[in-house]
Amino acid sequence: MSSVAPADLPVGKDLGSLEQVEEATYGETKTARVKKRLTSRTATIASLVIAILWTIPTFGLFLSSFRPAELIRTTGWWTYFANPGLTLDNYAGVLFSTSSSSPQLGAYIVNSIAIALLGTIIPLVFASMAAYAFAWIRFKWVNWLFIFVFALQIVPLQMALVPLLQIFSTWLRPLQAWLHDVIPIIPEQNYAPVWLAHAMFALPLAIFLLHNFIAEIPADVIEAARVDGATHGQIFFRIVLPLATPALASFAIFQFIWVWNDLLVALIFSGGTQDVAPLTQRLAELVGTRGQDWQLLTASAFISIVIPLIVFFSLQRYFVRGLLAGSTKG
Amino acid sequence: MTTADLLGKLLQVVMGLAIFAAVVGLLIFFIDKAPKKGRDYWQLAGFLAPAMLFLAIGLVYPAIRTSVLAFQDASGAWSLDNFIWTFTQPAAIRTLINTIIWVLFVPTIATAIGLAYAVFIDRSRGEKYYKVVLFMPIAISFVGAGVIWRFVYEYRSGDREQIGLLNAIVVAFGGEPVQWLQTDPINTFLLIVVMIWIQTGFAMVLLSAAIKGVPTEQIEAAQLDGTNAWQRFMNVTVPGIRGALVVVVTTISIATLKVFDIVRTMTAGNFNTSVIANEMYTQAFRASEIGRGSALALILFVLVLPIVIYNVNVLRKQREIR
Repeated sequence: MSSVAPADLPVGKDLGSLEQVEEATYGETKTARVKKRLTSRTATIASLVIAILWTIPTFGLFLSSFRPAELIRTTGWWTYFANPGLTLDNYAGVLFSTSSSSPQLGAYIVNSIAIALLGTIIPLVFASMAAYAFAWIRFKWVNWLFIFVFALQIVPLQMALVPLLQIFSTWLRPLQAWLHDVIPIIPEQNYAPVWLAHAMFALPLAIFLLHNFIAEIPADVIEAARVDGATHGQIFFRIVLPLATPALASFAIFQFIWVWNDLLVALIFSGGTQDVAPLTQRLAELVGTRGQDWQLLTASAFISIVIPLIVFFSLQRYFVRGLLAGSTKG
Repeated sequence: MTTADLLGKLLQVVMGLAIFAAVVGLLIFFIDKAPKKGRDYWQLAGFLAPAMLFLAIGLVYPAIRTSVLAFQDASGAWSLDNFIWTFTQPAAIRTLINTIIWVLFVPTIATAIGLAYAVFIDRSRGEKYYKVVLFMPIAISFVGAGVIWRFVYEYRSGDREQIGLLNAIVVAFGGEPVQWLQTDPINTFLLIVVMIWIQTGFAMVLLSAAIKGVPTEQIEAAQLDGTNAWQRFMNVTVPGIRGALVVVVTTISIATLKVFDIVRTMTAGNFNTSVIANEMYTQAFRASEIGRGSALALILFVLVLPIVIYNVNVLRKQREIR
């Protein structure tokens, strides 16, 4: 049985223009014929039904987040048209209220951004360096090491949590405490463990994906630079990184959304305070403690969703490409 | 949050970036200044070192350590108690069964719906928008999805008006409202629905791309032979996308085995809904039963092991061809 590895999926480089390419190559008639054959009425109806089913839950939550608390509590969101009423109070409540019982999401948004930023950059840089070494510096055992790294990809996170936490509390905690003494404005409980954990866990996939791309760079280009006396460092920065930008970008988006949406790593390595914990953790906490306060939950959930959605909608094409290349991320 | 807090956080990010940039910069500097003798070796080591160090600390050592912990009791003596507990306690057995139910249903249903949808919308007008709609849940966190679906399953007692969509439908058809998330065994399947909701878009995007790679000539040839649409689908399209199907099913299976956030957010594993990944967290980090948590993690590893071996084999073949 033949199998296709993630990176070798038969995908056009540019999903958006596939149709046009098709039309230019085969001419109008063929596309029209295919279209006629495939878009039967049942298929259209079925896909419409699926599309609606998939959208309704999110739409319900979205609409609810703008309804007054009293209406959310007593009537379903689908009664909106018989029973209108929109307000921004829910959002104001979860974002700006200073009462100790409110979710106070502001601090957690900042945390999420801070975590996702370095949680993306660190693995990206380290992985691209390793990918370059695997692709362009030849040694006998490098192939085996590469396969080993690939295999690491599927070690479940769960296996790493307990020992890593122990390592962090033995080595990293004292360092953080020292940093806090030197620069008091930096909280003792800071982002370092979460950054490092995310970077570590992302590496196997990142190395694999970037390697596939970097290995495709024509050997002539690299050889020419070597002949001219360029060092590996220069080749890496001046040639490889610029050429690999599309791959870097798509992995960066992928990793950003992954880190932003993570709960498990945050729960274990952040400590759960306003100093460090991300939005997802706060939201999970709210579900536990304020599970019936739907005006808080709906607005908070939407705030946590909105940034990955913006990233997703604006960079969708690259995101999809990264996903197609990286379909073994677990 | 006060301004000082915000400044502190900004400072952390800036410092983090600065330290990181300095480390990388120094490393590259020394790589280029490596001694002439064996320079390639030094350069290779320099490029690989950070990633390998991270992997050793973050994955290799922990995986070994967890495997050891799983076979020790609280005092550090060797024992099989953790595994005996896992395979004898009714609650723990239920966790294993639930995990099996998850991994049977999620990949198959998500792939089936994703494939059907991909075929239905293939080359239709507005295909792009159809895709985005189904794919959007991928960008939503499992926690966010948990909240969205808790709202769908929300229950109101007695004659109060239902605000959860599912109960509203039940009541509209004259039924009694149900406490969905607390009713065993339906609650496990309702959680599975959430995972399917998230993963179907992923399956659809990959399969849709694969379908476009099936040569039109083959389909037309089959058409000339007088096959109907279903026969063409089964005999031409499905074999043509077999590789992608394998990737999709294995990937979703792995994601499903490790599912944690959904269960955590929606039921916290109560009412007999727990799965291995969630139970591992509960045992190791809530109940301080490190050994049991490690045993569960090891079981998880054993479950994904066949998939690792399969993928490594594929990769090895590819590298030999190259």
